[in-house]
Amino acid sequence: MTSRHSGINQVQFRSEIPFWRDERVLRIAAQVISAILIIGFIIWSVDNVIKATAQRGLSLGFGFLNESAGFPIGETPIPYDPSRSFAYAFVVGVLSTLKVAILGIVFTTLLGTLVGLMRLSSNWLISRIALAYVEIHRNIPLLVLLFLWYRGVFLKFPRVQESITWPGPIFINQRGLYMTWPRLTSTGTIFLTASTAGILLAIIAFIWLRKVREVTGRPTYFGLTSLAILILFPLVGWFLAGGNPITFDIPQLSGFNFQGGVHLTPEFTALLIGLVTYTAGFIAEVVRAGIQAVNRGQLEAARALGLNYSQLLGLVIIPQALRVIIPPLISQYLNLTKNSSLAFFIGYPELFFIGKTTINQAGRAIQVFVLVMLVYLIISLLTSMILNTYNRRIQFIER
Amino acid sequence: MSRKLIPVFAILIALSLVVAACGTSQPTSAPEPTQGSSSVSQPEQVVETVIVTVEVTPEAAAVAPVQPTGYGTVVQRIKDRGKIICGGRTDLPGFGFLDANGRNVGFDIDLCRAVAAALLGDPEAVEVVPLSAAERGPALQTGEIDILSRNATWTTTRDAQWGNFTWVMFYDGQGFIVPVDSGITTIEQLDGATICVTSGTTTELNLADAFRQRNLNFTPVTFEDTASVYGAYEEGRCDAATSDKSQLAAVRSGFANPEAHVILDITISKEPLTPAVPAGDDQWFDIVKITMWGLINAEELNVTQANVEDMKASDNVTVQRLLGVEGDWGQADLGLSPDAMVQAIKAVGNYGEIYDRFMGPNGTSFTLDRGLNNLWTEGGLIYGIPLR
Amino acid sequence: MAATSKVVRPPQSPGALQWLRENLFNNLLNSLLTVISLAVILFTLAGAFRWVFFTANWEPISNNPLLYLVGQYPRDDLWRLGVGLVLSSFLFGGSWRVWGGVLRTLAFTYALFLLAGVLWPLQAETLTLTMRAFLLANLVVIYLGFAFAGFKFVRPLSVLFGWVFTLIITLVLLHGISSVAFLPDVSTGLWGGIMVTLILAIGGITLSFPIGVLLALGRRSSLPVVTIFSTAFIEVIRGVPLIGILFLSSIIVPLFLPPEVRIDRLLRALLGMTLFSAAYTAENVRGGLAAVPPGQVEAAKAIGLNNFQITILIVLPQALRAVIPPIVGQFISLFKDTTLASGVAVLELLSVGRSILQANPQYIGLQTEVYLFIAAVFWILSYLMSYASQRLEVALGVGQR
Repeated sequence: MTSRHSGINQVQFRSEIPFWRDERVLRIAAQVISAILIIGFIIWSVDNVIKATAQRGLSLGFGFLNESAGFPIGETPIPYDPSRSFAYAFVVGVLSTLKVAILGIVFTTLLGTLVGLMRLSSNWLISRIALAYVEIHRNIPLLVLLFLWYRGVFLKFPRVQESITWPGPIFINQRGLYMTWPRLTSTGTIFLTASTAGILLAIIAFIWLRKVREVTGRPTYFGLTSLAILILFPLVGWFLAGGNPITFDIPQLSGFNFQGGVHLTPEFTALLIGLVTYTAGFIAEVVRAGIQAVNRGQLEAARALGLNYSQLLGLVIIPQALRVIIPPLISQYLNLTKNSSLAFFIGYPELFFIGKTTINQAGRAIQVFVLVMLVYLIISLLTSMILNTYNRRIQFIER
Repeated sequence: MSRKLIPVFAILIALSLVVAACGTSQPTSAPEPTQGSSSVSQPEQVVETVIVTVEVTPEAAAVAPVQPTGYGTVVQRIKDRGKIICGGRTDLPGFGFLDANGRNVGFDIDLCRAVAAALLGDPEAVEVVPLSAAERGPALQTGEIDILSRNATWTTTRDAQWGNFTWVMFYDGQGFIVPVDSGITTIEQLDGATICVTSGTTTELNLADAFRQRNLNFTPVTFEDTASVYGAYEEGRCDAATSDKSQLAAVRSGFANPEAHVILDITISKEPLTPAVPAGDDQWFDIVKITMWGLINAEELNVTQANVEDMKASDNVTVQRLLGVEGDWGQADLGLSPDAMVQAIKAVGNYGEIYDRFMGPNGTSFTLDRGLNNLWTEGGLIYGIPLR
Repeated sequence: MAATSKVVRPPQSPGALQWLRENLFNNLLNSLLTVISLAVILFTLAGAFRWVFFTANWEPISNNPLLYLVGQYPRDDLWRLGVGLVLSSFLFGGSWRVWGGVLRTLAFTYALFLLAGVLWPLQAETLTLTMRAFLLANLVVIYLGFAFAGFKFVRPLSVLFGWVFTLIITLVLLHGISSVAFLPDVSTGLWGGIMVTLILAIGGITLSFPIGVLLALGRRSSLPVVTIFSTAFIEVIRGVPLIGILFLSSIIVPLFLPPEVRIDRLLRALLGMTLFSAAYTAENVRGGLAAVPPGQVEAAKAIGLNNFQITILIVLPQALRAVIPPIVGQFISLFKDTTLASGVAVLELLSVGRSILQANPQYIGLQTEVYLFIAAVFWILSYLMSYASQRLEVALGVGQR
């Protein structure tokens, strides 16, 4: 507003806020006080630790990681023996956790999607079965489920001498599942390389040729071509390898246990199955919510356009449902990874279990704890970052 | 409107939980100037708080010789609290278990009670905190417990890290338990076996060493809690289980069919089971050690729970000194009453009586031959330093 | 028009046969699936039925009801829990009368549990006749509460205060006050069973709620220090497993405290659960805060409210109502996660089951029975809670206004 006054009187209009109510001052004061409180608390705790270190002989270095671990580990994804260092045992733990987590994620997605689709089935019985599955697994604690699977199912299998035998041969007993497994001979690497190359080329050919077909309209027979590549390359590799690239490692009972083949321990299987079935209950609900979130109008429009069921699902429903499904799905994956730490209770040596054993043997509780938590934290933060990037790219921009 | 009250309720509940969980942090008395111990200022309301600020006051001008920092701190805490906090266990027959009335009793527990009787005059002034194998070290390091009496093996690493180990009260060795019908008698026959073991113990380290030494293979199945280990073994998950032989005997007595299992006659390590105390307080360290020696000496001198009162009138000078009738073995320097050993022996008996109560021929838990745990005069290793 | 033609009936609603045809057999695939599933279900149910009633040995459960309920709490002092039980029965009756609806269901379930206690197999000697009579009397007390709440002066607020009071009194009684003669301290090492599970769950959620709200507000704050600290705290706690947090609060935290301070073991576990739950609550509340339309804040500023008033009076009430479903979901999660406390030597329900199995050689091989029982207890309580939350949502009009 233009004022008749000018100059000196305009200065008078500036309101006089007392010092202690000025917002700028308050903001800074609040931050300073919070900073003092937080840092003061940290200093007090650290001081206690240092005093404890001096008085009770706790040490705070990380040098112990190079010492020999000394303890044996039941099952390891990479070769390990007790003379290796604590750091190596730690790596073994991380790999075990990743193994369980990745397998778990794959299987639980499959099972969860299946159950979610069953929930949406028009068949009343099927959808009620799926409902019962979901309600059961969402309302009991994971730990109880793990114990049920481990002590109640897997340890009750017959003794080694009376194993269940399946064609393969596959042996099932209370010490685990022993499977015949192909192993590469000395000439096998050629076969492996040829096969891998074949698979990759087939995928590339499929995608590229299909794109060409879409763009130009010329028939490129992308399906047949990629299939041919897929079959041809491994064949060539087979012959180049002299016709003998793989042998079958058959488990045989010698002494106490089966030797050879691939061995899945009851601890690992119980953990995997427990995690998979538990998380599948939640993923089923997520999938169901996602598919139901797609506007019914989309379905009707697609039908009006004459799309058949698989086109409807693949081109219209699933892409839109994914937008709603993926964020909670990723958080369920994270939950699965964190829940794998429950292996501690049933004796599968993953990261947390090995961490606790290290603390008991080496005594450095704080350092080991920090390392273990750091690994979990890194996995979580990485996944969250990826999720947030994906979310930002696909979300609708609203006001 | 009810939503706004939620924070109010939360605060009320928080207060009540704090009230309910008032820990034992009740250091209240004013510092005693003659002891030069670190003292606690600002005694707070017993009921209200959990966290207490601590200040370390400088040593008072010494009347007694200057003691290093920490001397007497644990003893002072115990006296203020009125009871000893003993780290034990509730699940091992013979050593620490619950009797029919739910009381925690056992060989290790009785050692704690002896110390309580010696220091405080009351063997029941003991609070037993059950600890898992993993918590033994941290509980001692943080001072949460005053004494660890939980069949812990004395090793150099533990002595360096956990605290001070007092005196070996049970000489044991690591062995194996196998089903009788497996026919196994030697360790070589265990090549390729699956063996159940508790994680985080010296047991698993010794197992790995023993097998590597002999170029044998094995597959370990480890759990952190002992119950799962033997549960898995009993179900047949493993071909053998390994631990201190005394623990194997104890666990075997709790099996559904004890006769179906046998403890092999192999010993692959030395396991001296020793009570331990937190580092830093030499007075407490001495008190516990000397109480242990007192119990052993009592057996040497045939002083029993039954006859300790009569033995006060004995004319054996050593006995008189032990019982504080005549002479002195340092009770005053340690802050104990002269008849401390009388109290201890009246409470739990001498070493042999404690042993026999749980593991003797008429023991409540199982029978284990004394073997190395006999007195040195009988060919064993139990030897008490003279109290004088 | 006069009614000349015969009466036209309204079309009949589909009968059972019609329903079957539509829902189970509407095409070939479905028919096949229905037949197979029916076969599988009947087979499984028959087997399960046979197992539950004929093969299984339920002794580990029927012989030890008190252990599952209160752990090793001294049996002579159980009267303290009894006081809490009487107060709860009275309040259940009162709440039923005042609010109805879902609380009626809860009151009925509570009465069913009491009845189960009365009718428990007689071979459990620890559950004396006096106790059974007491439980039966509680059913009467529920009715008394129902009748009492009919008086005009009883308002919902008083019932709410009653619940808070009961909680506090029960906790104080259970722990004991050392200075009072007939209330000796009962060490929390002896507490166990469902009692401890409920204490951890209820304590965890109530304590974590204000902390979570503060963290959520802090995360949205414009002060960088507060934002950074809140975000760091939330992300770190959410990124690590709960067993790690429990381990932190039970073993690591005491290392950071002066040696004279001994924090009770149960309290340490409770602290861990509170921290964990606070971080997740913070994220839920943050979602709710974001859902409050910005116009509300702008309007509040226009009428001259300061920041504090805006938060307390305008933003939080709307935000909190929107996040009730996730908060209750968080509570159910926490309730199930109390089983992890068995890893830090807290004797909650699962630990009690396992220690019963381990301490009694005659129960060897009976793990399935015990774990199924524990699973059933958790299932019933969790299902009840999610049902109550759904009804609560409807009653509060979540998502509608």
